[in-house]
Amino acid sequence: MTTVTATPTTLPQAAPPKTPRRRAKVGGQTPGALAVRYLLLAIMFLIMAGPFLYQLSTSLKGPTENIFAYPPQLIPREPTLENYARVGDAIPVWRYIANSLVVATAATITNCVFGAMAGYALARLRFAGRNGVFLVFLATVIIPFEVIMVSVFLTVRGLGLVDTLAGVVLPTAVTGLSILLMYNAFKALPLSVEEAAVIDGASEWQRFRHVALPSVRGTLTVVAIFSFMFAWDEFLWPLIVLKTPDNFTLTVGIQYLSGTFTSDQRVVAAGTMIAVIPLLVAFFSMQRFFFRGVGEGAVKG
Amino acid sequence: MRSRRWFTPWLFVAPALVIAVVFYILPFVNTGILSFTDARALGGGTFTGLENYARLASDPQFWLATRNTILYAIVVVPLLVVLPLLLAILVQPQIPGMGFFRSVFYSPVVASMVVVGLIWAWLLRSDGLVNYIFQTLRIISEPLPFLTDATLLLFSSMFVTVWKGLGYYMVVYLAALANVPRELHEAAEVDGAGAVRRFMSVTVPTLRSTMLLVGILSTIAAFKVFAEVFVLSNGTAGPGGDARTLVFTIRDVGLGLGGEVGYASAMSLVLFVLTIGFSLAYVKLNREEQAA
Repeated sequence: MTTVTATPTTLPQAAPPKTPRRRAKVGGQTPGALAVRYLLLAIMFLIMAGPFLYQLSTSLKGPTENIFAYPPQLIPREPTLENYARVGDAIPVWRYIANSLVVATAATITNCVFGAMAGYALARLRFAGRNGVFLVFLATVIIPFEVIMVSVFLTVRGLGLVDTLAGVVLPTAVTGLSILLMYNAFKALPLSVEEAAVIDGASEWQRFRHVALPSVRGTLTVVAIFSFMFAWDEFLWPLIVLKTPDNFTLTVGIQYLSGTFTSDQRVVAAGTMIAVIPLLVAFFSMQRFFFRGVGEGAVKG
Repeated sequence: MRSRRWFTPWLFVAPALVIAVVFYILPFVNTGILSFTDARALGGGTFTGLENYARLASDPQFWLATRNTILYAIVVVPLLVVLPLLLAILVQPQIPGMGFFRSVFYSPVVASMVVVGLIWAWLLRSDGLVNYIFQTLRIISEPLPFLTDATLLLFSSMFVTVWKGLGYYMVVYLAALANVPRELHEAAEVDGAGAVRRFMSVTVPTLRSTMLLVGILSTIAAFKVFAEVFVLSNGTAGPGGDARTLVFTIRDVGLGLGGEVGYASAMSLVLFVLTIGFSLAYVKLNREEQAA
């Protein structure tokens, strides 16, 4: 009892020095801690964004500008887009962009359509063998692709798809991750909406297409974005499947550019920028979905 | 809900199932079978028992690749468990500009490893920016051959892996941090616990399962390392290929000119066992630490 009654008298004494500081806090931080935090953020900014900016700067420097001058000149003295044109002289860069677009678009469509269909069936339809099917999809998540790539290459060769874009797309046409993400999304939907559709005599396909699918648009966007990004960025598998330089995707083509053709770092830098800028633009305009994909993919998948 | 026709659910799963079986399950089974044969890309395939595995045991290239890959995981995994957590704590408070910083730190995740590799290959040259900065700060007196010395190349690749992975795991941790009750921190603060103490006794225990997840994900990723080493060394894996990793070697042996599919399959299975083994060991280590 004494301690309880004592509290009101001791608290005000301890509180006064704290009150003015608390007023100055931003996001629950003292000005000193805040300054340290911003300093650390600035250092991390240099480490994380610096390399991109330096590469961008190199790609814009003219032929007479010394790119090995130190301290480095971040703003080009004579900015030019010439290096971007020279990428096109060294490699068929438009063709590579088109190839990458075909691969990434195809992977996005198949992952969304087939991933959603499979995810829906696993989440909502009861059938014998469902657990087995689930295990198969889970296995594709657990087995690293690198472990089976030699055998997958033999399969692709058997199908006559070596050196084709179809051969690049097919193994990742529907990933286990896409299916699991869709499965989780459908599982989280309340049953009641679909039950109403069942009473109305809707078929499974109608329920899926017109009732369930429109409710999981957010996850579908996440699957679309990640499928596109993975396919656009993928390097090892296209490097294995594609043999003729004309068929290369952009990542393989850019590596080829740096390895075989030119020792001019300005052109290589321009090539890397061509490959990364579309994705960075997409990311900065649709960040929400990128972050959501990490959360759902890592935590639930 | 029960379907009116038994095969309707199968129609839903069929496309995905066909892809999964043809391009994952069967190749996995095939990898196991081929590893006991002398199959080559252009034919052959006589059963040779454990010959491939015996050959692995005395293959210096394979041991070098295995050593490099394990070293890779041992260095990279702890860094990817701890650094993104510190980064997540740094970007957690909702203060002005934080959305921007989070996005910038995540942006390497969006880029292809080829792009990231080429960017760092330019920075890590002996006449590159990193050597200039290190020399200016007097950390080193002579430029370091980050890309042309096999050991340094391997460590440079590890650095690139960590740099590219930071943002991804940062977001994973941010999601988990949002679930740590504020009261825990406040209670510890009232008890007079400093920032480090609060980190060790409040944040770490509540994030244990997330740290475990990040550890497993980064272990699996570390054993698959290929593009970093390939791009930084322009496809050579350093002088004499001494920075080769397992995936690098599997590609060379199984898909190169020799096309030793059977032998490469044996290596692939070793890679699989190592990946699963290290992931499980990591889980076990974590459990024991938690129990202690």
